[in-house]
Amino acid sequence: MIADGEIVHFDNVGLRYGTEREVLSDLTFTLFAGRFYFLTGASGAGKTSLLRLLYLAQRPSRGAIRMFGTDAITLPRSRLPGLRRRIGVVFQDFRLIPHLSAFDNVALPLRVAGHQERDIGGPVRDILEWVGLSDKMDARPATLSGGEQQRVAIARAVIARPAILVADEPTGNVDSEMALKLLRLFEMLNRQGTTVVVATHDLDLLRKVPDSLIMRLDRGRLADPTGALRYPPRRPS
Amino acid sequence: MSGDDISGAGRSRRGGEQGAGSRWSWGWRRLGVRGAELIPQTRMSGPMPWVIAIMVAMTAIALAAGLALGNAISSARAEIEGGVTIQVIEPRDDIRAREAAAAVEAIKRLPHVAGLRQVPQAELDALIEPWLGTGIAAATGAAIPVPSLIDVRLKGPATPQQLGAIEQAIARVAPSAKVDAQSTWLKPVFDAMVSLQVLSISLVVLLAGALAAAVLLAARSALGANRDVIEIVHLLGGTDTQVARVFQRSIGYDAAGGGTVGLALAMVVILSLGRRFASLGAGLVDSGALVWSDWLLLALVPLLSTLLAMLTARLTVLHALRKML
Repeated sequence: MIADGEIVHFDNVGLRYGTEREVLSDLTFTLFAGRFYFLTGASGAGKTSLLRLLYLAQRPSRGAIRMFGTDAITLPRSRLPGLRRRIGVVFQDFRLIPHLSAFDNVALPLRVAGHQERDIGGPVRDILEWVGLSDKMDARPATLSGGEQQRVAIARAVIARPAILVADEPTGNVDSEMALKLLRLFEMLNRQGTTVVVATHDLDLLRKVPDSLIMRLDRGRLADPTGALRYPPRRPS
Repeated sequence: MSGDDISGAGRSRRGGEQGAGSRWSWGWRRLGVRGAELIPQTRMSGPMPWVIAIMVAMTAIALAAGLALGNAISSARAEIEGGVTIQVIEPRDDIRAREAAAAVEAIKRLPHVAGLRQVPQAELDALIEPWLGTGIAAATGAAIPVPSLIDVRLKGPATPQQLGAIEQAIARVAPSAKVDAQSTWLKPVFDAMVSLQVLSISLVVLLAGALAAAVLLAARSALGANRDVIEIVHLLGGTDTQVARVFQRSIGYDAAGGGTVGLALAMVVILSLGRRFASLGAGLVDSGALVWSDWLLLALVPLLSTLLAMLTARLTVLHALRKML
């Protein structure tokens, strides 16, 4: 049964690489549309692995995943792109395409989605300006600082207004002022209806978004300190 | 840009996902604005265009050889297929002349004979003159008894039945006559030429296979080198077809450039060889000259090579991508 507002549902999901022990075990939770989630946990707790399942880079070893009401496990490969276009991803290591300019990296999701070239330039310039990179549009990633690359990666993740934004340590390479600014960007997207999932180990960041729900991973298992994983979720105070 | 106004893309979106899909190919071609490309392009600086150039040059030369041989075979066949030679081998001049005349009269009446010509004595003398010189009769008191030749042209190819009918018709009036189909004694030559033609066609097929194999290896190598880019494009919602199209286009450019160079090289070789063979002045070689449709086929070699390379790249990439999530 699909709960009202459900956007992602994990049911008893486990993940192992090869024959190693499971890095994620017995994950059962639901993410709801329009909520802001923080995923916390120590290094090696499985945050990145969980995010990879969320942005469909990987299938779990066991269990079921439902995304946007669709069974993501049995979904044929040909239908995965349709789901992925509804997910924005900020990778921990940015994963910008090195030979493309900042402009072209940010424009990529729109081009992938088939937007006309005349509809791309304006939004891309706007968002690059917003993240403070209007003077770096033609710069290749290698010529940008870590923080600048992070901002390009974030701009690329949000340019197509995804239904869910998944960010892996998005503020790890930016100064506190830019971190706050990026957090405000995520909040703004969240207010517009985008579900946001931010993986971070920065506890200060959690306090800056009071309405957020927290998912804590501990050695591959999920704790539920804010009731984020219950249905109906606890209303934020 | 004002606070909430980060979604210019959202505003500029036209239609839903259905519409987006139909515009994809256009957008993909324009994937890199201002000249940028999703997959770095090496154009003529990489080895692939030159490999294709060599393949195309060899293919075009092999094809030209096959076509020239085909032309020579067709032309010679048309000329001699219905040809029959009758030799009246009689040492005495008067009997030989009488038998030859009687044979001509007998053959004329046969229904499958389109025409005939008794080769004049002067022509026969001219045939042996390079070896024996002139004035033999004057010097020795007797001429060399050269057989009388009757060149018969049948309405169709010479069959054993028709040869039998000719032999039967002249058996009584010219017992010393011997009947030969021209195609019979030229058969070994034709067989050798056909073998060469088959060899040329086999070379064309093998070279096409080698080209496909080279493209397959290049596509796999490019896939490996660009694995990260492909994964990012996948995670951004790119489809296998879209990724394959990028590789296909990249290989297509290489193949088109290499193919053009290869054809130019082949043309130089073909024209140069053609000129050399033409200077031989031999009938069989002359009849092997390429006609306009052959040149058109040769011009299609780079185009077909490009299509083959693009198809190979597409199938290779699609096959490899199926193993990725």
